[in-house]
Amino acid sequence: MVGSRAKSGVEAVAISAAALLATLVLFGAFVALRGINPFDVYRVLYLGAFGSWFAIQHTLTQAAPLMLTALCTAVPARAGLLVIGGEGALVVGGVATVLVGVTLMGVPAPVAIALMCMTGTLAGGLWIGAAGALRHYRGVHETISTLLLNYIAIAVMNHLVTGPIRDFSQVLKPASWSVGERFMIGDLPGTSIHWGLAFGVVTCLLVYVLMRRTTFGFAVDILGGNVRAAQMVGLPIGPLVLSTCVIGGAAAGLAGTIEVIAVHGFASASLAVGYGYAGILVAFLARHNPMAIILIATLLGGISASGGLLQRRFDLPDAATLVLRGILFLAVLASSTLYGRLKIFQSRAV
Amino acid sequence: MLTDSKLTRRQILLGSGNIIAAGSLMALFPALEASAAAKPITVGFIYVGPRNDYGWNQAHAVGAKKIARLEGVKLIEQENVPETVEVEKVMEGMIRQDGAKVVFPTSFGYWPHILKLARNYPDVLFVHIGALWKEGDPKNTIGYRGYMEEPHYLCGVAAGHMTKTGKVGFIGSKPLYFIFNNLNGFILGARSVNPNITCQVVITGDWNNPVREAEVTNSLIDQGVDVMVANVDSAKVVIENSERRGIYSCGYHTDLSELAPKGFLTGAEWNWAAGAAFVKAWQTGGQYPNLLRGGFRQDMVAISPFGKVVPEDVRAKVLKIRQGFMDDTFKLYKGPLRDNEGNVILKDGQVIANDDNKFKLGVNFLVEGAIGKTGLKK
Repeated sequence: MVGSRAKSGVEAVAISAAALLATLVLFGAFVALRGINPFDVYRVLYLGAFGSWFAIQHTLTQAAPLMLTALCTAVPARAGLLVIGGEGALVVGGVATVLVGVTLMGVPAPVAIALMCMTGTLAGGLWIGAAGALRHYRGVHETISTLLLNYIAIAVMNHLVTGPIRDFSQVLKPASWSVGERFMIGDLPGTSIHWGLAFGVVTCLLVYVLMRRTTFGFAVDILGGNVRAAQMVGLPIGPLVLSTCVIGGAAAGLAGTIEVIAVHGFASASLAVGYGYAGILVAFLARHNPMAIILIATLLGGISASGGLLQRRFDLPDAATLVLRGILFLAVLASSTLYGRLKIFQSRAV
Repeated sequence: MLTDSKLTRRQILLGSGNIIAAGSLMALFPALEASAAAKPITVGFIYVGPRNDYGWNQAHAVGAKKIARLEGVKLIEQENVPETVEVEKVMEGMIRQDGAKVVFPTSFGYWPHILKLARNYPDVLFVHIGALWKEGDPKNTIGYRGYMEEPHYLCGVAAGHMTKTGKVGFIGSKPLYFIFNNLNGFILGARSVNPNITCQVVITGDWNNPVREAEVTNSLIDQGVDVMVANVDSAKVVIENSERRGIYSCGYHTDLSELAPKGFLTGAEWNWAAGAAFVKAWQTGGQYPNLLRGGFRQDMVAISPFGKVVPEDVRAKVLKIRQGFMDDTFKLYKGPLRDNEGNVILKDGQVIANDDNKFKLGVNFLVEGAIGKTGLKK
């Protein structure tokens, strides 16, 4: 006997697979218009994303920051909010990490790294938390405020790295002081994937447990489902809104810390390269499920990783990867209308 | 380290027209030509933005196309690669998935990522465009860069002949030494024609800020400027606005003459195809310099084809000075020279060699005739 829970799992997998298949067919038609054999393209997509140990490492490196920035949209989304401020929270987290990191000269590395992670998390949490507070206490729409906060975060960072905290020995581009080689966490042992992947996976799992296995998560789901109902049963709306925003922002802030202590060593315009915006896409494709975020981030990481190989092998412009991502996004959104409509997945009422 | 001097003679003989065909660049390392029979080699180019940006990236893509014409060279390209861990993965991907043996990561900020990878791949040559290589850096890395002040001087000469108002305009992106050098070259060129010419200078602070660039262009034109130059990522907006307002303009980075069929004079171009010599050397196991800076004499810069408004006699004058740069008989910085605040920079009779890197890296002043400030604290 198949339980309804297992059935709905099968339904999700089947519908997602159908969306993926539709994407490949549409993208195949797109490249065929340019005179390229779609099956060659599929092969290269696979090769570039998962075809070798190197490709897999590339994919996972791409996926790592997306897991964290996706949570910035996914967690508040469970409470019915549409937060798109991952980019800003990442930048703020990165800058805060540097500001604290450079003061930790004599501190043992593990302690300093822990402090920097907490700093980034806190900074990102407060940043999106502020948008949550504006929403709850002043009625400011969180989508608009988080979008604008992105611009503010990037402007503040640019101001800081071209002026007050600029390291003039960095001739390559305006960049902040470095936190120092000693505090860099580098790659996972035996790989060329930085530690951000571990942080991403663990954070997603923790958030999954929080959202699915605690009364807090249950309360958030009720709030997201119906605000009136949540009020009726006496749930504390304000604290729930604020805490989902803080958790989401904290995850993106941590992504900023990782960019600093695992990749760059300093803050610069290279923090704002679109991980926050790609995270929104991941969150929606994963239907705001933290566990699914791990998979979807890996899938999108794979598309980015193989996008380069597509450019190189077929002389396609970079925009082709964007087309692929766009088609995937639309296909998944369109496919979500199928849930509950396909007879074979319905539990038969007795 | 190989110095620039031995690279020159043949090139001067071969050099005619604005751009020397990449093939002739093989002559840079003459002893190797014999063994240069086509051992196939894959060369990867990485761009930080789109390849057709009418600017920095396009200049590199033009160079890449020329390098691809070398015998046995297969070109692979990837655009829009940010200066993050991603560029490391892209370089590694080119090496491991496509078998590239030479990579040209063409953005300034890629350099630390190159240094991180280069030691792991000793059989791959990494060519960077910043001339940042120093003793102790891996031997399989190269830094090279052209003296863009030389073609800017020639643009200035053309501008000096063409301007009617005696006012020219310069938009700079960042307050950096090479932007000041280009600006000084442009002004010195213009004032060599008419010492009363002045140049309005605006530094926007951004590599890429088309809205501000357009505003500045319009306001300078309103003030009577009738030749514009812009040292920004892509001078497209400035040139198109100048054309629309019926004034002259000069290009930057790459050939932009198509943007202004009426008012285009000429432009300062990189000749990144000079990198062909490195590919050739790597292909044949030959010698190569780790650090290379050069101007016309080393064939690392060029000027764009003249616009049709530029009369024959002006063209001849410009080309004559270019020949002077090639023969090293013409010097850009020479005394007496004052900055625009009246301080003496060079006394009468003092001459700066065209390849005096130390002087050029330290340029933090605007020469007499510039109306504007560096924005640097002194």
